[in-house]
Order: sequence, then structure tokens, then C-alpha cells
Amino acid sequence: MRGLTKRFGAVTAVDQLDLRIEQGEVVAFLGPNGAGKTTTIDMMLGLARPTAGSVEVYGHTPTDAIARGRIAAVMQTGGLLKDVTVAETVRMTASFFSRTRPVAEVLERAGITDIADRRVAKCSGGQQQRLRFALALLPDPDLMVLDEPTTGMDVEGRRDFWNAIRADAQAGRTVLFATHYLEEADAYADRIVLIRKGQVVADGTASEVKALAAGRQVRATLPGADEVRLAALPGVDRAEVRGDTVLLHTNDSDAIARYLLTQTPARDLEITSRNLEDAFLALTSGEDLDLEGTTQR
Amino acid sequence: MTAATLPSTDRRPAFGGFSLTYLSLEIRRVLRNRRSLFFILVMPAVFFLLFGLPQKGQNIDQANSAAAIAYIMISLAVYGAMTASTATGGAVAVERAQGWSRQLRLTPLRPPAYVATKVLSALSLSLLSVIVEFVVGGIGGVRMPAHVWLLAGLGAWLGSLVFAALGLFVGYLAPAENVMQFMGPILALLALFGGLFVPLEVLPHVMQTIAKFTPVYGVGSIARSPLTHDFSWVAVLNVVGWTAVFGLGAALLFRRDTARV
Repeated sequence: MRGLTKRFGAVTAVDQLDLRIEQGEVVAFLGPNGAGKTTTIDMMLGLARPTAGSVEVYGHTPTDAIARGRIAAVMQTGGLLKDVTVAETVRMTASFFSRTRPVAEVLERAGITDIADRRVAKCSGGQQQRLRFALALLPDPDLMVLDEPTTGMDVEGRRDFWNAIRADAQAGRTVLFATHYLEEADAYADRIVLIRKGQVVADGTASEVKALAAGRQVRATLPGADEVRLAALPGVDRAEVRGDTVLLHTNDSDAIARYLLTQTPARDLEITSRNLEDAFLALTSGEDLDLEGTTQR
Repeated sequence: MTAATLPSTDRRPAFGGFSLTYLSLEIRRVLRNRRSLFFILVMPAVFFLLFGLPQKGQNIDQANSAAAIAYIMISLAVYGAMTASTATGGAVAVERAQGWSRQLRLTPLRPPAYVATKVLSALSLSLLSVIVEFVVGGIGGVRMPAHVWLLAGLGAWLGSLVFAALGLFVGYLAPAENVMQFMGPILALLALFGGLFVPLEVLPHVMQTIAKFTPVYGVGSIARSPLTHDFSWVAVLNVVGWTAVFGLGAALLFRRDTARV
């Protein structure tokens, strides 16, 4: 069981954000750069102090939760001494905790046993990231936080890294990761929290968020269209009339197209699909999009 | 937001996460770095061979019958110790630049334990530096009563705390990768004013007066006093004053740093 709520003063990066993460979830914190993901995570870890609101991790303050080894994190970049080896970094970090997993074990699980004696300066970005992951594994935390963990990694490094994370999450650990890669959120998360301007704009399972995006848009020229009547058509989520043009958002584009072409004088008909990317962009860029369909927790 | 807390024992480590493993790795890191090794151990020893040995058999001056070679050895031991301490404290700047301090915030290691590790690491390295210089001096022919060796060594060693504070002060001033590149020349200048390279008496009178207010003067003159028998409270005042200045400066910047991150 765990509770985590946080709020942050008005004009800032994170705006009155409420979030509760349940044990065992793999949660993607999805949003474009500058949405407030890192700021939120910093406060979750006690690296930044909230101007208002609070964070609670397993009933402790973030700093206390870290000291007790309940929460651990993999940050974006930096944070490693270049002049020590991979194994030394892990041993050094292990010495700060009262109790940790064995050094050899975390090296193995992060997949860096073969480079244990390499100086950090000589490690690739992906290897350094797996080292940060190994450090985070040390206290055997209940909650693992990853802030844009694959930034700057090549395709192979990204795949290796996620394989390690996935293997770990399958063992039941709660994972929260921030990303601006849609595919990562889709592929690895049970739950996606979409964030924009420091606020949660959508929160649901990957398929729920996908459903939001799955609809198509039917566009046609139809002079004198009745917006209310079009909106009432079965399968239409939303209708919009702009002069002679009508825009219908629907999950049954075939039926709508058939209706428009057979029952109305509509012409120039166009069907476009909104892919996940579009929905993501729409949601996160602040376009007015109907969110009623999503679960708001 | 009540969360069920496991009835487990408190897993927070004692002493804010301070560990001997970390301390010994810190010391090893410095010793592994050829550059710092050169400045801390090799250079003072080479200076002794270059400038100390030729003075063998001479006294400091007519007024003081102490051996010049011993005087030079103690001065260079102070120099080695202060370089070692400043470099260790100043490494904080590099670690802040590399983000290591931030990474440490993700561990149970508390900032005071981090600073304590740095200070102990500085003291270990300055002790090593003093020992190396004294061994080279002893082999080179320095002969002093046992208590003079001991007291002079203690003076040079413990006096280096002033410079551990200076190093931390500079380290918390700005995150920089190349902190010792500009601290090196400053230390050399301070050492000159502290009378470590040439006796202050050969400097112009104005400079001698200024020198008494510079941070190396006190430590240098206390470390040499068992040999020269000219212990003065002015030197003690100098050490206490500069320790307070650097220590308070470091403490203020440290608090600013830990509050911000």
C-alpha cells in the first residue's frame, strides 16, 4: 500500500497535481518536454521542495523514504564520478545503506557484470544508464522512479535497458517512469498518466488512452449543416461546423461516410485517422479535446 | 494519504550513511590521479632535494642556530599538506559539476556525512604528504630531536585543516571541473607569503607585514616553532581567524547548496 499526493504552487511548473500510485503498477508519466515531469519527480525524491502541497512515500517524507531504501531513482544524465570503475561506484553507493542487495547481484541484473572493472568515463551512455539502474537496485526499493531513462541512447541501448527494467518489474516492483516517447509508454506501462503544463490531462490504462486516440475524423463540405443533429448521429463523438465544412469525430467512420454521402448533399468527403501520436499531441499541446471518454482518477 | 508502513525496523543508516568504504575509496581516488599525486607527494619532495639539500650544514641565520635544511623540510611539509587538503576539499566543485552530489541525494548519505568524509580524506592525505616529506628529509640528512619531529609534523598536519576549509569553501562557491587549475597558483602565492619557499626575513618590510595577515603564515610559523623556538600567539590568532573565515564561508555556501537542490 502506498500513497502519494503532491501539489505545487500556482504559476509554476507543476500545478496542483494529485496522483496516487498503487503497489505493483508500472506507470508512465508521459508528456512533452517542459510539461513538469522532471520537476514532479524531483519533488517526489526530495530533490526539490514543493511550494505548496506535499509528497508522501510509504508514509515517509521523500528523504526519509530514500534513507530507508523504500524508493530509488534513475536520473537522466550526469551524477556519476568519471574516475572510478563501475564496480567501485556500486560498492561506494552500497556502503551508504544499512542493508543492500549484493553488489554482484545488482551488476548482474543491470547487465553490466562484464564491464565491472571499466572506468565510468569509458562507458557508453547506455552502459552508464544501466549503472545508474544498478545503483537504484541496491536498496531493493519498493518504488523505482526513472526520469527519461533512455534519453540519448541508441536503439540497441534502449532495448537492453528496457529489457532489464521489464524483467525487474515482472518481479512485482512498482515502477514510475517519465518519458516523452509515446512508444515507450505504450510498450511498457500498465497505466499512462498524461501531463501537460504541470497538470494531469489524462490518466488510464494504455488501452484507455489509446481508445481516446483511436477515433477517426470525417470531413466534408455540407452547406447549411445542422451541428446538433450531426452530433446526435450514432457513433459521433463530436461534431463541428465551420462555415460549409463539417468535422465529425467518430469511432465508426464507415457508417458516417455512408450516411453523409447517401442521406445528405455532402461532398469532398475525407476520412483521416488520428493515431496515438496525434492524440498525444492534441492532448499535450493544449488543443481543446473532449476528455469525457477517459477515466479521470 | 495514509500509507501502511511496514512494521520493519528502521533501515536508516547510522551516522548519516558515513562509511569507511567510502572514505577509503575517496583516498584511493586521489592517489590514483597522477596529477594530484604529483602535487601532493612528489613536488614537495623534489623541492626539498632542489632547494633544501644545497643548504645542508648551514644555519638559518646568525641569530638562529637551527639547521636551515630542517627549516626548509618543515616548510615544504606544510606546503604539501595544504595542497593535499585544498585539493581534497576543492574536489567538491568537480563532484557538483559532474552531478555526483545530486546522485548522493538519492542515497541515505546525508550532506554533513559527505563533508565529514571530505575532511577526513583531506586529513589522511595531508598526513601522508607530511610523512613522505619527513622521510625524504630524514634520508636527506635532517637531524632533529624526536619531540621536534613530532610537534612540527603535528603542526603541519593539523594546520592543513585551515585549507580543507578553504577547499570546501571554493568547492561550494562554484561547480567547476578545473578548480585546482586556478587554485594551484593561488596556493603557491599564499605559500610564498607564508614564508614556505623563502624565509620572510628576505622579503621587503612591507611584504613581511602583509604576510602576517595571509592564511599560510600562521600554520607555517606554528609548524616551525618547535625548531626555531619563536612560537607566537599572533600565529595562533592567524590560524584561528582564517579557519573561522573559511569554515564559516564553507558552511554558509554548503547550507545554500543543500537548501537549493
